[in-house]
Amino acid sequence: MSLFVTELRRLAKRRLTRLLLVLLVLGLAGVATAFSFSSHKLSKEVVAQAQATADAQYRQSVEDWKKSIATCEAAQARGDQDIEERFGPNCGRDWMPQPEMFDPKWSLPYQFDFRAEFPMFIAVFAGAVALFAFLVGASFIGAEWANGGMMNLLLWRPKRLAVLGTKLAAVLTTSLGVSLVLGAFWTLAFWLIGTYRGTTAKMTAGAWQSIGLDGLRAVGLILLIGGAAFALASLGRHTAMALGAAVAVFGISEVAIRIAVGVLKVQFGDRYVLSTYAQAWFTKQVELLDYRACEFAKGECHPAQLLITWQDSALVLGLGGAAVLIAAFWAMRRRDIA
Amino acid sequence: MTAVLEIEGLRKTYRSRKRGTRHALDGFDMRVEAGQVHGFLGPNGSGKTTTLRTLLGLIRPNGGRMAILGHELPQALPTVAGQVGAIVESPQFFPHFSARDTLGLLAQAGELPRQRVDEVLELVGLRDRAGERVKTYSLGMKQRLAVASALLKSPKLLILDEPANGLDPGGIREMRSLMRDLAASGMTVVLSSHILGEIQLICDSVTIISLGRRVAFGPVEQVLAAHSHGTVRVRLEAVTDLPQAAETLTRAGIRVTTTEPDHLMLGGVDKPATVSRLLAEQGLYVSELTPVAVDLESVFLELTATAPVPGQHRQVDESTRVAEPGVGGSTGGGWGA
Repeated sequence: MSLFVTELRRLAKRRLTRLLLVLLVLGLAGVATAFSFSSHKLSKEVVAQAQATADAQYRQSVEDWKKSIATCEAAQARGDQDIEERFGPNCGRDWMPQPEMFDPKWSLPYQFDFRAEFPMFIAVFAGAVALFAFLVGASFIGAEWANGGMMNLLLWRPKRLAVLGTKLAAVLTTSLGVSLVLGAFWTLAFWLIGTYRGTTAKMTAGAWQSIGLDGLRAVGLILLIGGAAFALASLGRHTAMALGAAVAVFGISEVAIRIAVGVLKVQFGDRYVLSTYAQAWFTKQVELLDYRACEFAKGECHPAQLLITWQDSALVLGLGGAAVLIAAFWAMRRRDIA
Repeated sequence: MTAVLEIEGLRKTYRSRKRGTRHALDGFDMRVEAGQVHGFLGPNGSGKTTTLRTLLGLIRPNGGRMAILGHELPQALPTVAGQVGAIVESPQFFPHFSARDTLGLLAQAGELPRQRVDEVLELVGLRDRAGERVKTYSLGMKQRLAVASALLKSPKLLILDEPANGLDPGGIREMRSLMRDLAASGMTVVLSSHILGEIQLICDSVTIISLGRRVAFGPVEQVLAAHSHGTVRVRLEAVTDLPQAAETLTRAGIRVTTTEPDHLMLGGVDKPATVSRLLAEQGLYVSELTPVAVDLESVFLELTATAPVPGQHRQVDESTRVAEPGVGGSTGGGWGA
């Protein structure tokens, strides 16, 4: 227990951890603040104003339509040749503007809908905190390896797996703590934005449960990324190993595989791309469609479908994370510390 | 005496497709008695640090036996780790942590009382700078901090790799005094260093390693005596008598190693009085008869064959290879190859 507390203290004392935490808080606060200015509460006056604007636009459009017909008739009287090209058939009399073509909603300012839109902001939050967890996780163990701190610690606690496991636990605990605390503030901030500058309507118990599950999946992804970064940096015994691996995974998954499946015309090629699983993790499912067999000339086409669910994502991302963690612990057990 | 540290036949082999097989430790033996300050010497790349790392569980050996305080390693390492303080090479510290933070974290990990941190800071002379960030420290101050970290758990065995590295002359003297005080308090100290003058001053005994094998070991005086080769310098009252003196001594079975214009150098002389008597019998009168003392540096250079040769650039692995263990060379109680 003392080692775990020590590692928590060590992690908290690190300048990079503090700097990244400050940047994370400032970044999240900045996003929430900026977003709050873009949302406007739709009061009765604002709605009435939008309705009046839509009505005025409709009336103006009818006036313009009538003028256009009159101009067309004058041109016909003069015997102009290009009347149909300029005004359409029958001088455009068939194109009379309709009231429903001027929806008052188009004249309304943007209003944040907590129920509909907060899940997207959970993904934004998860991305920011996952980046924090990645950098903190990788640098915590990477710097320890690079500067001899790991060796120093092993002279005190010559139990390699216990030491590595404790350091990992410290990284995950810190990431979890940051996720929960900042997540609570993030939710509160958007709830307040919804309350005072948007809407929090239809927030039933089921809606809260759904948001809670989204939050849990976000925390899961943050811990996975933090743990994987820690494991990669430990494998390479340098922070740069995790950063390099991240770039490599991105390059291979998002560029090379996309090109390869495109060239080879692989069915549902996106199922081999990692970001598909990250997306499915947040949106619960991603539907992949294969239009290649469609012959649109013969009418409507129902393309082949492949559904990637968040459970599939859990399997793929979980196996990937477990693989690097097992490799890191195996290397810790087997490799010399020179 | 009780052995605090025992190593027998330790082997560590590195295999590489590019560089082939290299035996970093090739049947290395070492024994350190309780309460001693023991010097561990060897040229660069001879296996000193590999030995220390293997002993401390950082490197997995390919064979051999190790024990600290009677406990077999590496199995019992977690048991004895609390009684072994060590610095291996120059440890680095987080530059933005203070010395007090650095030691405090180690003390917490080792479940030691917080006051011990202040005690060791006082001991190594960092008390007044303990709150400053390590990045502001000089090399010598970092070295003091490293020694402090090794002393933190009041070890029975202290292993220090180049502790005087970067220390100023005053610091070196303080370190020497500290080692002596620690040994006097019952602590056993293993000191790896290239400052052989210091080793000769501080250490009770030494082990010299070359290319992964022990080439000499034992109390410092005995190692020096064993390698002095009975060298004696002889001057006569009349320089012109030197050729006759050389002939007389050679006939008597004494090896004349060098004939200089004003003196002779003799080797293998057990009793210098014999030389005086033999020459006096021939009417040759000695004006100086001096046994030539050797120092640890010359013994080290001789044993490891690392003395500089004019016009040659010695490579790191070009040092003495001793015979296979058990086929001549150093065995228990001897003085190396």
